Amino acid sequence: MKIAEGLLYTKDHEWVRVEGNKAYIGISDYAQEAMGDIVYVELPEIDEEFEQEDTLCAIESVKAANDIFLPVAGRVVEVNEALEEEPEAMNENPYENWIACVEMADESQLKDLMNAGAYEAFIAEAEEE
Amino acid sequence: MENAKRTPLYELHEELGGKIVDFAGWALPIQYAGISQEHHAVRNQAGLFDVSHMGEVMVTGKDALAFSQYLVTNDVTTLSDTQILYGMMCNESGGVVDDLLVYRMEENRVLLVINASNVDKDFAWISEKAKAFDVEVENQSDQTAQLALQGPLAEEILQTLTDVNLKKIAFFHCQEGVTIKGRACLVSRTGYTGEDGFEIYCNPEDAVDLARVILEAGADKGLIPCGLGARDTLRFEACLPLYGNEFDDVITPLEAGFGFFVKLDSEDDFIGKTALKKQKEEGLTRRLVGFEMAKGISRHGYSVMDGEREIGFVTTGYKSPTLGKSIGFAIVEMAYTEMGSAFEIQVRKKQLPATVVSKRFYRKNYKK
Repeated sequence: MKIAEGLLYTKDHEWVRVEGNKAYIGISDYAQEAMGDIVYVELPEIDEEFEQEDTLCAIESVKAANDIFLPVAGRVVEVNEALEEEPEAMNENPYENWIACVEMADESQLKDLMNAGAYEAFIAEAEEE
Repeated sequence: MENAKRTPLYELHEELGGKIVDFAGWALPIQYAGISQEHHAVRNQAGLFDVSHMGEVMVTGKDALAFSQYLVTNDVTTLSDTQILYGMMCNESGGVVDDLLVYRMEENRVLLVINASNVDKDFAWISEKAKAFDVEVENQSDQTAQLALQGPLAEEILQTLTDVNLKKIAFFHCQEGVTIKGRACLVSRTGYTGEDGFEIYCNPEDAVDLARVILEAGADKGLIPCGLGARDTLRFEACLPLYGNEFDDVITPLEAGFGFFVKLDSEDDFIGKTALKKQKEEGLTRRLVGFEMAKGISRHGYSVMDGEREIGFVTTGYKSPTLGKSIGFAIVEMAYTEMGSAFEIQVRKKQLPATVVSKRFYRKNYKK
């Protein structure tokens, strides 16, 4: 399982890539592996506003719908429409294929997230249980 | 998961990389390589499933057939020895206790194969109803392992392992004492995928070796181990119902659209017949339909809406791996059951349009 450096992670296995006041959101390798074959991504709408940990959108695998929670509050400014045609790309390259980008409402919320090392330790601990 | 029961194949599932989940109290693989890949393998080549969690109840004695006829909705009197039929056990109100396969082994011996999630409930039900008949009933579930080899190449693969001519085991027939690499099995040409294939009942001690030799024999033909995930997508496309989804103790087989397996015109009585006859005469108020969606995916339990009004519920929904389309089954009010009827599925915060289509999504590929 891969964990990309330079990203921030949540306990729900979303990742965040910070560019200025913008946050690109995706799911980790661990998350795509757990979901199995991804067949549909329900993207959020541009300009939709969310609080931290709101349900941003849903990713559907063959088996089930999986809610994606927004790591930081913000307004959606971009969505990755390519995923509508090629949802399986999230299985193949989870760290390249972001879902949406939000303009952060409160950048201090980034401190609630884990860096790659902390996330790796978090998964190792979860696996032991 | 620690409390989940393990089939004899548990260690093999782990060895083969199965992702283990708790299903009806059993630790079983939901998938190995991936649901889509396993699904396509069964449609195009072959897949091997561990279905040892299924329940087996043996009914023996003078009244074995008469009792089976009273217990299930389908007409057991049409069976000859080694022939099998599908039917339901209903309660007095016409709801479904379980659906099952009835194997007429011989006149005084009938094997009932039931769902894992219902074994205790079913066995209590069968035992209670058996009191009025000259029969013995025995729950053999723990002494029986079961493998399902399914797919167009299933026969070719299994034939390399046995001297019995498998072509002589016809669709929905079985044979006892089929020796597969030296191990005696009950083999039936049955399954839950819509493809040709076999269900193989064996001694639990033989299960691992059997699974290994079968997987080895089929490896160069595309045979792969398959989990419960693909089992569900396959049965769904082939319009095979699942207890707990398409029907349960309050949804009748008529409402679920499986009236073909309910012989209301037969002379013999069966449990639930009076209630089902009445339901048919008075007319159904709701029925199962197939539907298709251009956008979004429906799931078991989602509401079916007409604007603000809830008119039914989704029993099973998937993006079909074979058809590539978003399809589902729903039980809806009768006014919405015509082909082409439109309604919406409540998918999280959105209502997405759906259209009623034939529920025969996939044409079954049986060798009859």
